[in-house]
Amino acid sequence: MTAKEKMAIPPQIMPEQDPKVRSHNMNEVALGFPKEAAMLEASRCLNCANKPCMQGCPVAIDIPGFLAKAAAGDFVGALSIIKATSLLPAVCGRVCPQEKQCQKYCTMGKLLKDSDKAVAIGRVERFCADYARENGLEEKVERKPATGKRVAVIGSGPASITCAADCAKAGHDVTMFEAFHKCGGVLVYGIPEFRLPKAIVQHEIDGLKALGVKIENNFCIGRTRKLAALVKEDGFDAVFVGTGAGLPKFMDIEGENLNGVFSANEYLTRANLMRAYMENKADTPFWHGKRVAVLGGGNVAMDASRMALRLGAEKSYLIYRRSEAEIPARGEEINNAQEEGVEFLLLQNAKRIFGDENGMVCGIECLKYELGEPDASGRRSPVEIPGSEFTLDVDTVVVAIGNESNPLIPATTEGLEVDKRGHIIVNPETNMTSIPGVFAGGDIVLGAATVILAMGEGRRAAAGINAWLKA
Amino acid sequence: MCPPPGVRCFIVSKQKIMNKIIHKRQLSDSVFRLDVEAPIIARERKAGQFIILMVDDKLGERIPLTIGDADPVAGTITLIFQTVGATTMKLSKLNEGDYIAAILGPLGSPTSIRGENGEPAGHVVCVGGGVGVAPMHPIAKALKAAGNKVTIIMGARNKSLFVMEDEMRAIAGENLVLITDDGSSGLKGLVTDPLKELCASGTVDEVIAIGPPIMMKFCSLTTLPFHVKTTVSLNPIMIDGTGMCGGCRISVGGKTKFVCVDGPEFDGHQVDWDLMIHRMGAFKPIEAKAREHVCNLYKGI
Repeated sequence: MTAKEKMAIPPQIMPEQDPKVRSHNMNEVALGFPKEAAMLEASRCLNCANKPCMQGCPVAIDIPGFLAKAAAGDFVGALSIIKATSLLPAVCGRVCPQEKQCQKYCTMGKLLKDSDKAVAIGRVERFCADYARENGLEEKVERKPATGKRVAVIGSGPASITCAADCAKAGHDVTMFEAFHKCGGVLVYGIPEFRLPKAIVQHEIDGLKALGVKIENNFCIGRTRKLAALVKEDGFDAVFVGTGAGLPKFMDIEGENLNGVFSANEYLTRANLMRAYMENKADTPFWHGKRVAVLGGGNVAMDASRMALRLGAEKSYLIYRRSEAEIPARGEEINNAQEEGVEFLLLQNAKRIFGDENGMVCGIECLKYELGEPDASGRRSPVEIPGSEFTLDVDTVVVAIGNESNPLIPATTEGLEVDKRGHIIVNPETNMTSIPGVFAGGDIVLGAATVILAMGEGRRAAAGINAWLKA
Repeated sequence: MCPPPGVRCFIVSKQKIMNKIIHKRQLSDSVFRLDVEAPIIARERKAGQFIILMVDDKLGERIPLTIGDADPVAGTITLIFQTVGATTMKLSKLNEGDYIAAILGPLGSPTSIRGENGEPAGHVVCVGGGVGVAPMHPIAKALKAAGNKVTIIMGARNKSLFVMEDEMRAIAGENLVLITDDGSSGLKGLVTDPLKELCASGTVDEVIAIGPPIMMKFCSLTTLPFHVKTTVSLNPIMIDGTGMCGGCRISVGGKTKFVCVDGPEFDGHQVDWDLMIHRMGAFKPIEAKAREHVCNLYKGI
């Protein structure tokens, strides 16, 4: 096919549940490409010599390589190319911000002068992973002969899953410790079922078990057992800390401790992990607000505002203090939220929350903003417009403005160095911390980041661990 | 593969080995005591720490319970709880030999024990209300062991709600004060009555109060005019217990604190009690419904 012929292929449309229907169920919104569409979409790749898409990928997947295989219908071959650098394609194909990564640099999008018309790399990635999983065609992972070395992996989110898998493949005896009763970290407590089905996460956990990884749930390192004891008393030769973000941030405004104000972590954990959406079946109660205001503009804010609709809210507001150009969430999630009926209040921010005589949230006072000069982050900083206060009638407020780092492990581990924000300091090449043999990666190092970055960190740490254990 | 000889390999596959109920005793109509096999927690826990448990790890909820006692040799922890909601009711229906689906702990920071924490040993008054006597027990024991004179005030609505009276008498001897709302055991009145007298005598160096929030509030108000250091142990709504959800946040000295990682113990004079009590009731109507549902299920059986 010539470039011209490729350009003539229309971008393939991925079927989705109808917005009116899906805003009332928990099933996955995006239904994935049919096989023919996946092949056609993959065949739009121009196979550029300089592979600009790869520069945009945090883990540098050989994107033109896997797209060529997928275009030829060899999805298993495509998957093995992806898996050479990315362990979680079914997850990343769904949750990566592709429009800011690989697809941003796609030549096809540039030629068609519309980044939305770039090759849908993520959707093809997702198809390859789903196809292999659903048809039982995933290649068996080879494990090197047992080394007799023991590795402890703390946490079970994307960084930890990746690190555990890579260490197990190298022949080490890996034990994963998770404080919750279920594994997956933010993939199970945070990201909702309608964006990432939990069966997919469980499949990855089962894959770890098949690799011989032992899993200890309900085990909180720092409390149940100190990190140092794992090395000094329990015979672990290396430790990976992938405990993710913690301590939800609040706005520090009046009324924030009223009943009906939640961190997005709590709101989503109740709904996702604790299955509170299954009313009369799950024991964990949920706050079924009718009018919900979500503060923030990231993917978590989108998840919370969309969850509110699914759990009975008649009105779901998303309040973000900058404009649509600065909103950090994925474009696809913003579109999905808007289609489902989430009302975006941009360039506005909460000033205080009102409670009724019973101390329940009954309203929120907001201020309007305009964009001023660019700040340290390069984004134009919002400046409040004096006297622009107005009140919204809401019964629930969800604060989704990010997390501080979790202090549990640093506070209970002598000699573990952290920066002034509490993130663990690591060697950027090996991810080793200030304690020899102890490695770290993911949000506990980076602060709030993405699944793919966490995965990349887990992979680099595993390489660091494997080299350390060889020496 | 186990570590080399001489190094303990404590981590075992927990299924069917841990969380087994070894001993169960009903202490009153609504108060139960369970001794549960949890060897790692039994060894690691210190006075003042708590656990989070689930009776059903598929659709159950996570609730925090304070550790009443622990036997590191037998590898058991003691849980004393009152049936107040759906989960405690389900827990009370488990029998010896059954397993608790999930137990996470020990969580929270241990109690700072006078005589060990740099402050000289002295006279400490422990006030335990109702089932709050259970978490007080390991603290009182540790205070005694650190050389303090320990006075224990145990309060309850009536005699049948007293727990661990013998254990507490073993620690405090004649300095054990029993008081009930109706006078059915010990003095008639509220725990704040003897507490005030003791504070007025000028001999008290520190007060620790554990019980219903309203009791802790009034203990704190009682000791405030005497400037006696007062520590309380809080047990709010919690999900993960490791600092992730923020559901347990309270206001202490005007600052938001997370009970699971910053507590569970705080300076009672600094706690915003009305807010704390109010937040504990956030899900009351839903919880009442769930409790009734479970209740009806058991009645049906």
